[in-house]
Amino acid sequence: MKFALFIGCTIPRRVQHYEVSARAVLETLGVELADIHEFNCCGYPMKNLDFETSVLFSARNLALAERQGLNVMTLCKCCFGSLRKANHILKEEGALRDEINRYLAQENLEYKGTLDVTHLLSVLHREIGPAELKEKTTRAFKDLKIATHYGCHALRPSDIMGFDDPTAPVLFDQLVEATGAKSIDWSLKLECCGAPLMGINDELSMDLAEKKLRNGKDSGADFICVACPWCQTQFDSVQEMMASQRAMNHHLPSILYPQLLGLAMGIDREKLGMDMNRIDVTGIEAFLS
Amino acid sequence: MSRDYLIKGLKLMLFDIALYASLIIFFLGMIYKISNWFRHSIGVSGGDIPASTRLAAAIKGLLRTLFSLKLFILIKVFVVDAVFQIRVLKEDFLRWIMHMLIYAGFILLLFLHALDGIVTEALFRDYESTLNPFMFLRDFFGFLVIVGIGIAIIRRIVMKVPRLKTDPMDRYAIIILAMIMLSGVLLEATKITSYHAYTRMVEDYADTDDESELRALESLWVKEFALVSPSVRAPFDKQILEQGKEVHEYNCEACHSRPQSAFTGYAVAKIIKPVALGLDHAHASTIFWYLHVLACFFGLAYLPFSKMFHVFASPVSLLANAVMDKEKSDPANIVTRQVMELDACTHCGTCSRRCSVAVAFRKIGNMNILPSEKMVSLKKYVARRALDDRTLREIQEGVYLCTNCDRCTVVCPVGINLRDLWFTVKEEMIQKGRPVPLVLSQLSFYRGVDRHDLDPESYPNPLRRSKAAIADACELVKRPEELIPLTPVNRAFKDKAALSLQARTFVYCYSCENCTTVCPVVGNYADPEETLGLLPHQIMRALGLGLRDLALGSNMLWDCVTCYQCQEHCPQGVKVTDILYELKNLAMQEATAPSEAASSSDRGALEAV
Repeated sequence: MKFALFIGCTIPRRVQHYEVSARAVLETLGVELADIHEFNCCGYPMKNLDFETSVLFSARNLALAERQGLNVMTLCKCCFGSLRKANHILKEEGALRDEINRYLAQENLEYKGTLDVTHLLSVLHREIGPAELKEKTTRAFKDLKIATHYGCHALRPSDIMGFDDPTAPVLFDQLVEATGAKSIDWSLKLECCGAPLMGINDELSMDLAEKKLRNGKDSGADFICVACPWCQTQFDSVQEMMASQRAMNHHLPSILYPQLLGLAMGIDREKLGMDMNRIDVTGIEAFLS
Repeated sequence: MSRDYLIKGLKLMLFDIALYASLIIFFLGMIYKISNWFRHSIGVSGGDIPASTRLAAAIKGLLRTLFSLKLFILIKVFVVDAVFQIRVLKEDFLRWIMHMLIYAGFILLLFLHALDGIVTEALFRDYESTLNPFMFLRDFFGFLVIVGIGIAIIRRIVMKVPRLKTDPMDRYAIIILAMIMLSGVLLEATKITSYHAYTRMVEDYADTDDESELRALESLWVKEFALVSPSVRAPFDKQILEQGKEVHEYNCEACHSRPQSAFTGYAVAKIIKPVALGLDHAHASTIFWYLHVLACFFGLAYLPFSKMFHVFASPVSLLANAVMDKEKSDPANIVTRQVMELDACTHCGTCSRRCSVAVAFRKIGNMNILPSEKMVSLKKYVARRALDDRTLREIQEGVYLCTNCDRCTVVCPVGINLRDLWFTVKEEMIQKGRPVPLVLSQLSFYRGVDRHDLDPESYPNPLRRSKAAIADACELVKRPEELIPLTPVNRAFKDKAALSLQARTFVYCYSCENCTTVCPVVGNYADPEETLGLLPHQIMRALGLGLRDLALGSNMLWDCVTCYQCQEHCPQGVKVTDILYELKNLAMQEATAPSEAASSSDRGALEAV
């Protein structure tokens, strides 16, 4: 099992421990990764500016991976959403594909439309499966309550993302529970973290994040768990900022899923970047059996 | 003979004049360029710190660093990154070889050959430029530079390395360097073949007047050393050559190695052999001497103003960035460093090769998207050169169209902290000048997350101004009291949206308001219409009616969190979120080209009522 790993732009700048921990976990699970250094931005931040430009961004990445015959696996939900949507459109809309390929031809690239785009969580769930993950956990968590945060751009639009049932998803909950933790019920589980508005309307963005964090905390969660660098930045760096700006008293630290899984699998905490979160999550290690 | 001495005297005088003139220009140029590091400002508040304060801060910082443990870091970085350029090696082997050949070869030539009177003679008491190993080494170092220049030309012209742009500055650098090297080789070649030069040497150094001995010597030089004589020609008698060899050993060998050691000049001498007599007659070696000397002096005088200034600025950048950081360093020094970094850029294009958004250049055609080209434009901008409106707008757009992925900073061979530089410059670009519509995109994420590094008071201004600029072109939205006709009023707009891949499903909307009901943004406000303007279902309706001003003029567009709840919950399959994206695209396009906005507004429709 081998994928072209799509890191994107946010992870290397702000959430390096996501990449570090994902690589550690995938290596242990025997998933092979190829690094394509020519990859560019997925196109997500171009969407407000120009649809076709954003598709061109995605298409170039897809063409590079297709040249190596590898399906693309993303860590970021926004990269996942953009690449997957562009992939869908490039397969469906011949005229647009031809036009995009005319741009790509300037670099001797072409996207034929043979690839699939997937996310780390989908790979863990579909290719390996919660049962096998559970077998691999050597130190399952005990009495740990997790607010599982799905992330909008993985779930919706569901007709294109095909990630899970958009109204009652279970994929991420099952992955969380494979570590021995309990994935709690909470009403805002499927809502947005607010990150896409950070920098455009900070107050609104923080309102949305605060609602989720409060709801998670009120529902009994010890930690929130994410699998996207935007959500992580929002629940980590921005939550830290909110604590000072908004006198928030419902502190809910955010852990990245590969960190959670890696700990349960007995992977060295250094390899999971446990000290790289801005809001300390090392307390979670006390829940390990 | 007196004529020869006169010419020689004149040559030396010209040499001195040219040398001192170019040295003066060089030093004044260096002072001017380095003073610019303190006089020019960068960033929103960079101009608030006077040049004198910045100079004082720099001296203080420099002294403090030199007398601390950081000195060892500086030494390490100087050796690893400045001398051996390991950063270049890591990125691109061919480029490293090219640069090492040019730079090591040139520096060695500078000491061994150009400054031989000062350096080489001081080190080696028996130095003669015509003796080995010096004669050989001069050619060998020159050969290294020539191979390096060859690779540079091949990379830029034949290989067409992706995203490596060649601007006039790059061309001048290559041309001046090539002129110096070629004139040097040709000077050597014409001297090797020159009968004039030969006879002069014989007159000065040969300890014999014997005709047959001199003829024998000449025969040997013609046969063995590529001399081209007007009278002595092959075939040669073996005995004469033997005799010539004896004369040579006795008179010449002590201070003249065999010219074969000067292998580049010797090879060219062989090539020009058929025309060598004519060239000698025309004093070609004197011409090439002038060319060589003038090219060197021109290069020296022009250095501070050319790309070659990087030989000073780049090591400074490497060293400064090794010991400075945003949090601890004096802000005055950060401004100075960032201005200096613009000079340190060698326009090598490594950043552009790795840039995450460079592909946008193919679609948008704005060169300033490429980081290496941004540096070129920013040099002009920081020098306060008059830039026209369009250029300024392209710089603004190019600078902001960046996902802050850090790749350029990681790979920059001269260690420029591009991350911090972009941060500073972006803020300046969006705070000053025209509104930049791009601030209303996810490219602004960094501003929100890193807002503690920005001035809180002016922080919201760029967002406010860009939203206002877009809303200003939507008159109707500001006049809620107006009656609006219920027939499609802006056909052109409606047709445009209906043709778009993202937006065409709006026609299925029957205003059930599901989208608005599930929207977390709408749900965040007690009176959403007051903050957001039109709500999602109203925007769908406005689009259905072809009311451009209403569809494009609401805050709702920019406050959409793109969570796709509306689209997921639409019973009619209207792609609500995608439609909002399309409307944002239209609004941004019109905001970038204001004339288009004016002609597409709904004003006509209002007047018809």
